[in-house]
Amino acid sequence: MGRYLLRRIVHFVPVLFVVSLIAFTVTLLLPGDAALAMLGESNIHDKVAYEAMRTELGLDQPIPVQYAKWLGRALTGDLGRSIRTGEPVLEGLLARLPVTLQLTAMVMVLALMFGLPLGIVSALYPNSKADTVTTVLAVGGAAVPDFWLGILFIYFFALWLRVVPPSGYVPLTEGLWPNVRSMLLPALSLGMYLTAITMRQTRSSLIEVMQQEYVTVARAKGLRERVVVMRHALKNALIPVATVIGLQVGRLFGGAVVVETIFALPGLGRVAANSIFFRDFPMLQGAMLVMAVGVLAANLLTDLLYAFADPRIRYT
Amino acid sequence: MTRKDAMTQFSGEIGSVQPRRIKDFLDRFLRSRGAGFGVAVLVVLLLTALTADVIAPYDPVQFQDADVLEQPSLRHLLGTDQLARDTLSRVIHGARVSVQAGVGAVGFALVIGVFIGLLAGYYGGWVDDALMRLVDGFYAFPLLLLALAIAYSLGPGLNNTLLAIGVGFTPHFARLARGQALSVREREFVSAARVTGAQPWRIMAYHIWPNVTAAIIVQASLLVGQAIITEAALSFLGLGVEPPTASWGSMLKVGYQYLDRSPVLSFAPGCAMFVTVLGFNFLGDGLRHALDPRLWQRGVA
Repeated sequence: MGRYLLRRIVHFVPVLFVVSLIAFTVTLLLPGDAALAMLGESNIHDKVAYEAMRTELGLDQPIPVQYAKWLGRALTGDLGRSIRTGEPVLEGLLARLPVTLQLTAMVMVLALMFGLPLGIVSALYPNSKADTVTTVLAVGGAAVPDFWLGILFIYFFALWLRVVPPSGYVPLTEGLWPNVRSMLLPALSLGMYLTAITMRQTRSSLIEVMQQEYVTVARAKGLRERVVVMRHALKNALIPVATVIGLQVGRLFGGAVVVETIFALPGLGRVAANSIFFRDFPMLQGAMLVMAVGVLAANLLTDLLYAFADPRIRYT
Repeated sequence: MTRKDAMTQFSGEIGSVQPRRIKDFLDRFLRSRGAGFGVAVLVVLLLTALTADVIAPYDPVQFQDADVLEQPSLRHLLGTDQLARDTLSRVIHGARVSVQAGVGAVGFALVIGVFIGLLAGYYGGWVDDALMRLVDGFYAFPLLLLALAIAYSLGPGLNNTLLAIGVGFTPHFARLARGQALSVREREFVSAARVTGAQPWRIMAYHIWPNVTAAIIVQASLLVGQAIITEAALSFLGLGVEPPTASWGSMLKVGYQYLDRSPVLSFAPGCAMFVTVLGFNFLGDGLRHALDPRLWQRGVA
């Protein structure tokens, strides 16, 4: 286990390097001139100021040098300053991170709250009415685009029934319930897909586990079915479910880009989307880096959890 | 062992594209739930995209002799948008963009991804390490964010959009192809081919690729739906095809702005997208059931 951990972490480093290279290259390709953007409208014809700005930003140097300097600074936590607001990028991103993390966490809670029980029921009674309904929900939930669902929710709950405001974020400092309420529709629309695949995975892996011999043994011992399922079968059936959920973090972050935009939540996703439209290169680079590192960390954690939960896995 | 022997011998294995008989394949495919629906959706979508000019009641970009944001009526079955264009005609023409985006993005990712995956899986060693770390790097970015950044760097237009989405999907195919190639390359028929002096590209094309195809086909059909959603998300955010071309995503963007006055503008393209993705998911599941022997044995579907 210790060696596996070490190997996984060593493996992490080259991937991080590639991630930084991609983030740097993509923003390098973006149309527009960072120096011009920094100067602002009024100084746009000032040649001297322009050259000075290029030197200040390091844009007059060869690209590999620019990359090395950028990476060196990034490693010390200096991701530059936002072109739009002038705030340090890392600070700006860290201020928005909690919103996205809360959204992601709420999505996972929803997926577990609905996906698990429904998946269990349909696995225990395959081809029953409950199974059919659950399967239809799962199939539909996996196909519905999250941002369209968000729009539908806004229409039904905010414009039609008027039970929630259409969009806008209430910070936690104004109370837990108002905060959760403002995040509920975004979490529901982003969470539909995850709930659906949680349901599906729970169903299929529980069906598989229930056919194994040790479950028959547990039944033969005369244990009640409830105990057999809850204490014996579920433990093993949930390992692949946890893996599936863990590997969806990237998808959730991606979905957050458009869902946060629709619901006007001040999270990482909306910052990323805005930074493109305001040509805020440092902010975009930063957001890409932070999200990719988040995804890598989530995947690593999932792998470790998996290795920990299933001792049969050998690490070669 | 000739190539044909090898193919026969391994035809029952996971990843083989040749089930014993085409009939078996069709039987299994059609028995899986919803596969027929998936095929129907695919056919309708393709026909709609191909014949959009004929079946659309109005020109999708022409302002009609109607009010803006008109409600559905017999003359305009789904009403009109903010520029008095016929919504139904725009949904029909939007199918074109979606089909192109879906097929184009997945096609690009498939070609590049499978190539990378086969190289990595066949050669192993440092080639594998280098290629797969590159793939892992791309895989770490949320698809939509990566596609957004690439689409913006490349500029507007459908081709750039599907390229951006394709880059995001490439890791899926590369990982899949590599895994399959790794498991196949140690087989006797590959060694046999190597002993007879076959070139690596020949071994990859004739011996490894046929054993990878099934898994790739299933993955591709499942990703087309995702590509369509991603294209729509990009258009919704203002990238993607340029106005006035109708696409489901850009229609949703307008629909969202006028949600309180004309909800049908959001419902119509969204429903089209939902049914399309549903169809492709069913199609993919059906193909998986028909091609993956593990599922026949388990009897769960």
